[in-house]
Amino acid sequence: MIAFLQNLIDAVSLGSIYALTALGIGLLFGILRLINFAHGDYITIGAYALIVPSADVTARLMIGELPLVVMTPLICLIVVVVALLSDVLVFRPLRRASSPTLMIASFAVSYIIQNGVMMFYGARPKAVDLWSGANTQILIGDLRVPMLQLIILVVTLVLMAALTLFLRKTPYGIQMRAAAEDFRMATYLGVRGNLVIGLAFAISGILAAAVSLLYTTQSGSLSHTMGLPLALFAFVAVVVGGMGSLVGAVVGGFAIGIIVTMLQAYLPPELRAFRDAFAFAFVILVLLVRPAGLVPSRTTFERV
Amino acid sequence: MRDFLIRHQTPALLVAGLVIAAALGVLTGNETAQVTLTEMFIRLVVVIGLWVFIGNSGIISFGHIGFMGIGAYAAAWATAEPSFKQIMLSGLPVFLQENQYPFVFAILGATLLPALVALLLGAALMRLAGTAASIATFAVLMIVNSVYANWDSVTAGSSSIIGIPTVVGPWVAVGFAAGAVITAYLFQISRLGLMLRASRDDEVAARASAVEVKRMRLVAFVLSAAIAGAGGGLYAQFLGILTVDPFYLGLTFITLAMLVVGGMSSLSGAVAGVFAVTIIVELLRLAERGVPFGSVTVGLPLGSQEIGLGVLMALILIFRPNGLSNGRELVWPRRAPTDEAAARKAPSAALAGEAAPSP
Repeated sequence: MIAFLQNLIDAVSLGSIYALTALGIGLLFGILRLINFAHGDYITIGAYALIVPSADVTARLMIGELPLVVMTPLICLIVVVVALLSDVLVFRPLRRASSPTLMIASFAVSYIIQNGVMMFYGARPKAVDLWSGANTQILIGDLRVPMLQLIILVVTLVLMAALTLFLRKTPYGIQMRAAAEDFRMATYLGVRGNLVIGLAFAISGILAAAVSLLYTTQSGSLSHTMGLPLALFAFVAVVVGGMGSLVGAVVGGFAIGIIVTMLQAYLPPELRAFRDAFAFAFVILVLLVRPAGLVPSRTTFERV
Repeated sequence: MRDFLIRHQTPALLVAGLVIAAALGVLTGNETAQVTLTEMFIRLVVVIGLWVFIGNSGIISFGHIGFMGIGAYAAAWATAEPSFKQIMLSGLPVFLQENQYPFVFAILGATLLPALVALLLGAALMRLAGTAASIATFAVLMIVNSVYANWDSVTAGSSSIIGIPTVVGPWVAVGFAAGAVITAYLFQISRLGLMLRASRDDEVAARASAVEVKRMRLVAFVLSAAIAGAGGGLYAQFLGILTVDPFYLGLTFITLAMLVVGGMSSLSGAVAGVFAVTIIVELLRLAERGVPFGSVTVGLPLGSQEIGLGVLMALILIFRPNGLSNGRELVWPRRAPTDEAAARKAPSAALAGEAAPSP
C-alpha cells in the first residue's frame, strides 16, 4: 500500500509537469489550431537561460543564482520574448495557413531553436544545481515525499487556478475564450485577433518557463533536446484528453503521467525498457475507444 | 505508344531525370558524389513513400521514418552474416539466424513487414481526425524507436548490426527511386488515389459522395509504409551497418522538409524537393567546412546546416506555401498550345526547369 501511494505521488508530480506542458500547447491549439512543436524548445530555452552562455561542459549559473523573486520573472520574460518572437516571425505570416502547414512550421521553429541552442551551448548535456534544497524528503506517516514533488504539485495547481481565473474573470480572458470558440466571429465582434494570439503565446511562454524551472530542478541537467520528450508526451496528452479542451489537456497530462509511472513501477523488469512503447500503445488503445479524447470538445469538429 | 507517353509524361520525365542524374554522377567517377547521390535516391524512395500518404490524404505523418527503420532492420535480419546473427541476434527465428538471403528477399521483407505493422497501427490511427492522427503518428515513431532500441536479442539494442552486404550503389538506388515514382504515380491516378484526394480537399463532401475516407487513408498509409520500408531496406544495404539512432526526429525533419520545399501536393514536387534540399544541405555542409582565406579558414559555425534548413523551410511555408512545384506536375514544355486543354496546362511548363536540376 505504501509502495503504491509512493508511486502515486511520483505519478501525480510527473503528471503535473505533463499537464502544465499540455496546457501551454492546448491553449494555442484552441485559438490558433496550431500544434506547437516549439513549445518543448521554449522549455529548453527557459532552462538554458539560467546559465552563463558558453560551450563549456560545466555549467555556471548566472540568472539561476539570483534570488527566486528576481529569477522567476526574468526566466518567464525571456521565454515569453522567445515565444512572441516565434509568433511574429513565423506564425503571424501564416495566419491563414492550414493546420498541417502550421504544424510543420512549428516543427521548423523547433528545429531552428534546438540547433541554435546547440550552436551556442554545445551538444553535450550539462549538470546544473538549481535549488538542491528542494530535494530533501519529508515524512508523512510512513510516506517519504520529496519536497520538490509537493512544490511541483502546488505550483501546478496555483498556475491552473490563475489561468482559470484569468480566462473566466478578466476581459482579455473572455476574449480569448471567445476566440477559441469561433475565431472569425470573435474578430467580427471586435476582439483583436493578433492581441489575443499574442496573449496566448505569452501565457504558453509563462507555462513553459514554469516547467523549465521545475523540470531542471528535478533532473539537475540540461541538454538541447530536453524539451522534446516533454512536448511529445504533452502532445499525446492533448490528444488523449480531447483536442481543443483545456480541461482535457490537464486530464490527459495527468493520465499520461500516471500511465508512465505505473508502467515503470509494475511492468516486469525485463519489459521495463519498453515502457514508452507500452505507454503509447495504451494511448492508441484509448483513442480506439474514444477517438475524440477523454473530454471531447464541442468546438473542434468541422462545421459544415 | 506516343499517346501513352503523352498521357503519362510526368512519371516518364521524372524517371528520365533521375536516370540522367545517376548517369552524370557515375560519369564523374567521384566516390563522394556517388555516395551522396545514392543516399539521395534512397531518401527519394522514403520521401515518395511519405508523399503517397501525406500528399494524397493531406494528413502529416511523423511516423514513416519508423517504418523506414522497420524495413531497414528486416533487410538486416535477412542479409547479415549468420555467424554474427547467431551470437548477437539470438532472439531471431532460426530460419533467419542460420541463412543469408539474397537482396531480393531482403527488400521484399523490408517492404512487407512495415506494411503489416502499418496495417495494424493504421487501423487504429485512421479513425482519428486529421490533426489528432498526425500526433498519433508521432506515437508510432516513438513506439518503433523504443522497441528497436531496447529489444536487444533481435536488434542488438544500442550496439549495431554489422556485416550487412553493401550491394546498393547509385544504379540500384535509382532503380528503386524510379520504381517508387511509378508506383506513387499509379496510385495517384487510380480510383483510390482520386477518392483519397477528394477527401483531402473536402472531407465532408467526399464522405457525402460515398467515399470511405478511413479505408482510403488506411490503404494509402499501408502503401506508403511499404515504400518507406523499402527505402529503409536499401539504406541498410547501402551502409552495411545499422543502429536505431538515425531513424528518429532528425531524418523525420529532413524528409518532411524535402516534401514541403518541393510542394507536397504534387509528385513532381516531392522529387524536386529531394533534389533541392540535398543540394542546399551539401552546399551548407561545404560552407561549414570553410573556405581558406590565406592562412585562416572562414566557415559558418557548426549547426548552420540545420538552422539553414529550418529557416528555408519556414520561408518556403510563408512565401511559397505550395512549394517549388506550386502544386503542379512536371510536363514537357510546349511552344504552341493547340487546344484549350493544352492552354490550361501551359503554365505548368515553367516547372520543367525546376524539377530537372543538374546534380
